[in-house]
Amino acid sequence: MYPSRFAYEAPSSLDEAIGLLHQGAGEAKVLAGGQSLVPLIKLRFASPELLVDINRLPGLDTLDVAADGSIRVGALVRHRDLERSTDLARVQPVMAAAAPLIADPIVRTRGTLVGSLCHADPQGDWAAAVTAVGGHVVAQGPGGRRTIPIADFVTGPFQNVLAYDEVAVEAVIPAPTGQVAGGFLKLERRVGDFATAGTAVALELTGDRVSRAGIALTGVGSRTIDARAAADSLIGQVLSAQAIAQAADLAAEAAQPNSDHRGSAAYKRHVIHTFVTRILTRITTTSERAA
Amino acid sequence: MTVTEPTSRALDEIKIGGMGASRKRVEDNRFIRGRGHYVDDVVLPGMLHMEILRSPLAHARIKSIDASAAWDIPGVRLVLTGEMMATRNLAWMPTLSYDTQAVLATDKVRFQGQEVACVIADDPYIAKDACEAIVVDYEPLPVIVNPTQALAPDAPIIRDDKQNQPDNVCFNWEVGDRDRTDQAFADADVVSKIQLHYPRSHPSPLETCGSVADFDRATGKLTVYMTTQAPHIVRAAVALIAELPEHLIRIVSPDLGGGFGNKVPVYPGYVMSILASILTERPVKWIEDRTGNLISTGFGRDVYLEGEMALRKDGRILGIRMHTDSDHGAFFGDAQPSKFKIGLLHSAFACYDIPTAHLTARGVYTNKAPGGVAYRCSFRVTEAMFFQERMVQAAADDLGMDQAEFRRINFVRDDDFPHRTPFGFLTDSGQYEKCLQVGLDAIDYPGFLKEKEEAAKNGRLLGIGISCMTEPLGAGNSREYDILGIKMFDSAELRVHMTGKAILRTGAKTQGQGHETTWAQIVAHELGLPADDIVVEEGDTDTAPFGMGTYASRSTPVAGAAIAMAARKVKAKARKLAAHLLEVSEEDVEWELGRFYVRSAPDRGVTIQECAMAAYSNMPDGLEPGLEANAYYDPPNLTWPFGCYIATVEIDPVTGVWDVLRFVAVDDCGVRINPMIVEGQIMGGLTEAYAMASMQFITFDEEGNCIGSNFMDYLLPTAWETPGWELHEVVTPCPHHPIGAKGVGECATVGGPAAFVNAVMDALKGHGVRNVDMPLLPDRVYEAITERHDVSGAPPIRTDR
Ligand SMILES: Cc1cc2nc3c(=O)[nH]c(=O)nc-3n(C[C@H](O)[C@H](O)[C@H](O)COP(=O)(O)OP(=O)(O)OC[C@H]3O[C@@H](n4cnc5c(N)ncnc54)[C@H](O)[C@@H]3O)c2cc1C
Repeated sequence: MYPSRFAYEAPSSLDEAIGLLHQGAGEAKVLAGGQSLVPLIKLRFASPELLVDINRLPGLDTLDVAADGSIRVGALVRHRDLERSTDLARVQPVMAAAAPLIADPIVRTRGTLVGSLCHADPQGDWAAAVTAVGGHVVAQGPGGRRTIPIADFVTGPFQNVLAYDEVAVEAVIPAPTGQVAGGFLKLERRVGDFATAGTAVALELTGDRVSRAGIALTGVGSRTIDARAAADSLIGQVLSAQAIAQAADLAAEAAQPNSDHRGSAAYKRHVIHTFVTRILTRITTTSERAA
Repeated sequence: MTVTEPTSRALDEIKIGGMGASRKRVEDNRFIRGRGHYVDDVVLPGMLHMEILRSPLAHARIKSIDASAAWDIPGVRLVLTGEMMATRNLAWMPTLSYDTQAVLATDKVRFQGQEVACVIADDPYIAKDACEAIVVDYEPLPVIVNPTQALAPDAPIIRDDKQNQPDNVCFNWEVGDRDRTDQAFADADVVSKIQLHYPRSHPSPLETCGSVADFDRATGKLTVYMTTQAPHIVRAAVALIAELPEHLIRIVSPDLGGGFGNKVPVYPGYVMSILASILTERPVKWIEDRTGNLISTGFGRDVYLEGEMALRKDGRILGIRMHTDSDHGAFFGDAQPSKFKIGLLHSAFACYDIPTAHLTARGVYTNKAPGGVAYRCSFRVTEAMFFQERMVQAAADDLGMDQAEFRRINFVRDDDFPHRTPFGFLTDSGQYEKCLQVGLDAIDYPGFLKEKEEAAKNGRLLGIGISCMTEPLGAGNSREYDILGIKMFDSAELRVHMTGKAILRTGAKTQGQGHETTWAQIVAHELGLPADDIVVEEGDTDTAPFGMGTYASRSTPVAGAAIAMAARKVKAKARKLAAHLLEVSEEDVEWELGRFYVRSAPDRGVTIQECAMAAYSNMPDGLEPGLEANAYYDPPNLTWPFGCYIATVEIDPVTGVWDVLRFVAVDDCGVRINPMIVEGQIMGGLTEAYAMASMQFITFDEEGNCIGSNFMDYLLPTAWETPGWELHEVVTPCPHHPIGAKGVGECATVGGPAAFVNAVMDALKGHGVRNVDMPLLPDRVYEAITERHDVSGAPPIRTDR
């Protein structure tokens, strides 16, 4: 497994990194945790001419969980940091539930949430969790900063909206207004496997009623699926068996799985249905609800 | 009359690391320090690097190959294509099963990943770049990925390179007594049937294959460092294929990062690196990448099995009929004794007392990688035992009998040895019923059945699966077992130095089994030399005695026996030296561990070390100096360890996900040299069994694309999902083996898979399902639960894009 020839730069400032990307004119790639990019280069599925390693950039490794419940995840925050954060579990259970399900401990030590969003793998887990909570990505390029909602950020399989000379500097999860609840379930064949099917659910409740809902699916389409209709069906509802069943039906409908060696399309749809049901049912048992 | 024995001065065998000592593995000292020396660690002056260009297509005619752009890349030293190999008569090579295999494709490519060209360059990056610069013009041909397609009347002929090959059948073979078996079925009260597929799996040693070939024009000597489990067979093959003089060929198999059968065959990469070194007169290194290993080297299994069992109402088995259709890929490259076309598949049912059986076997060519290696088993024995235990469970269910009771009724009894199996093997010893009972007690069989019943009331699906088997290990004897005509014996050479330290060399080749540890223990047992004083060396054909290598659990049964025999020869000579030192006649000398003494005066004795010193400094007149011996051991028969594996599982009826609740293994491998290593082998074997049952298969889509070409698709289990193993032992020494050992490296892989599958099928009893083929991925189990039908085969995978 020998990559094609490439140049490597490890700048120490964001401006320098952006400058290098700009010079690279589309042939340069940001290197964050390397857990997706390095395998691609190794297999020669990708052959960038220049790698711009952002690991030395200052200030990007901050995981900031603010008092209002908003979360900022810097571009160098590793999956492991999220997995270990106790604040995260309190503020966004769906994020905390997703973190330990990603890859294996070795990959989690290096891989980054922002890198995962940029990579836009249809089987990636973070894009589903961030979609469910309605997060966005902050990017910086020669022209300055911009904020991109996650729904607009991922444009297709392994495609994002960033210009070739933009760096995603952080992901931001807005402050919740209600009481937070949620969960993440993933069917994998083995630890370290990508999802055969995965479901992220994030709710905000006011009293007994759902005031905000996000449901996103991974592994069951050519990109992360925002099961909007399923989520919307819960708004204003009490989490009754009927409401749960309806949301599960709509989520399963939203899935666009392929049949492959991991299972038939029908099976994957069924798993999505089961997962939505299970996460929502668990939320109804108050002990599972975030304080 | 009582005689008080003189206080023995025999050494404590456990303390010197002899038989039965759980001695820590000496090889681990270097492995855990990162100081192992693998093929890729070999760096020679002026060494070049080789990379292989592989076919992206499974079946295609090669219209042209244009390598000119590759030659133009600076640092490229040589580009080899099939055409160039053909001019040297090296485009094709023989396989271990009397077929031929392309070294580099000339006419057609016949599987995805087949070797099409190779580049030798100053570094592997350049070589890889140059491979990409080679332009191959392919004309795609229809693709065959399973026996059904291969046998279709209008199927394209894959091996049109061969004369007299009118179809895709590579062999038809049968064994057993057809007429008597027909009669048994005519007499049967009940006939039970089952159809199975044992999916294609891959041994996946963590170290891939590789070689460093070093031809020295000045001396004419060819040295090849190579990942091989059988260096002497390779030397013989190189001598015959490349027509080089055997004494000028040195094959060195250094530390191996696993083998599991994958490193028995001779692969095109080895051959090309040798030719490249001869042509460039420089050392040439080839290290296969992971994908190359998974898609082109020897796989295991891929057999469709069909069987019927003739039964009497009271539960006795009257006869068995079996048929196999095996998928050998594009070249019939099974590594197996030449007499047996489907390996030792007919070892099935050896632990049951069955009057008659008949097996027909048909092998076919497909557009898949060649192989059919014995992946952690004696040749095709995993398939045999898997089939056996699935059939047994199905039969017990059909009769409405308890699965444990059904086995008990049909086991060969302890007093019925030696026992002739229905296919003609001779088994020698065992306590099958005892092993089963130990297992049932350990798992609390009645307790679990109750628990299962209770759970069912709450809609929970629990199941228990049993798998019992005895498997033939330690090929040969030489009467029946040979590979390419070379008889399957093995060898050892023991040299005791002046100070009582020793070096032991054998014809086997460790690849994780711990030979460096256990072989010394055999010598310690025989001679009383502390195991720490014995260094074990294997794998260098210039120094090791000729042997057939390590696979099929044959090392302890064959090489291990040779070691004991060599040590006994040394001891016989040491006895002469002792008699000389003690100034008595040899007949008056007695032995206790580590020491000879005078029978009438036990206090007068000499240690084995003193004898060693005398062998070089004070030998009697007429006795040859030195203290060494060699032995070639041709076993009188195979050895037959027994295993009983019991799994309990719970299935999530909603998703089809299943978990192992408990797993009990009872192994009777005869005398255990090093119990810790035995347990390690069993745990590793069970883990591989679990992997095959639960997650692994190498499958192919309609176009012959290999699904399973990397470790994200072909799954190796991690510590996380691997169940805990509860191990138990029963010891029935092998009556014909010098130290009573039977071999154990593979038992758990062979017997394990059926325990998991039987457990899942037990949980699904009442769901109208008779069989779900491995791997029992949740979607397949779910399909069985909801559709209430069997889930069979590894067809071209569904793609509905
Ligand atoms: C064995 C294995 C198993 C895995 N299993 C899972 C799994 O189960 N679930 C899952 O979700 N993921 C899984 N992954 C992927 C893993 O989560 C990666 O860490 C993640 O997808 C990418 O993050 P990274 O920091 O490693 O990015 P990199 O590999 O460094 O980069 C990935 C891509 O994003 C771009 N990029 C990265 N950061 C930025 C940035 N700040 N700005 C602009 N572009 C950027 C890169 O240029 C590249 O194109 C697995 C990976 C491996 C190796």
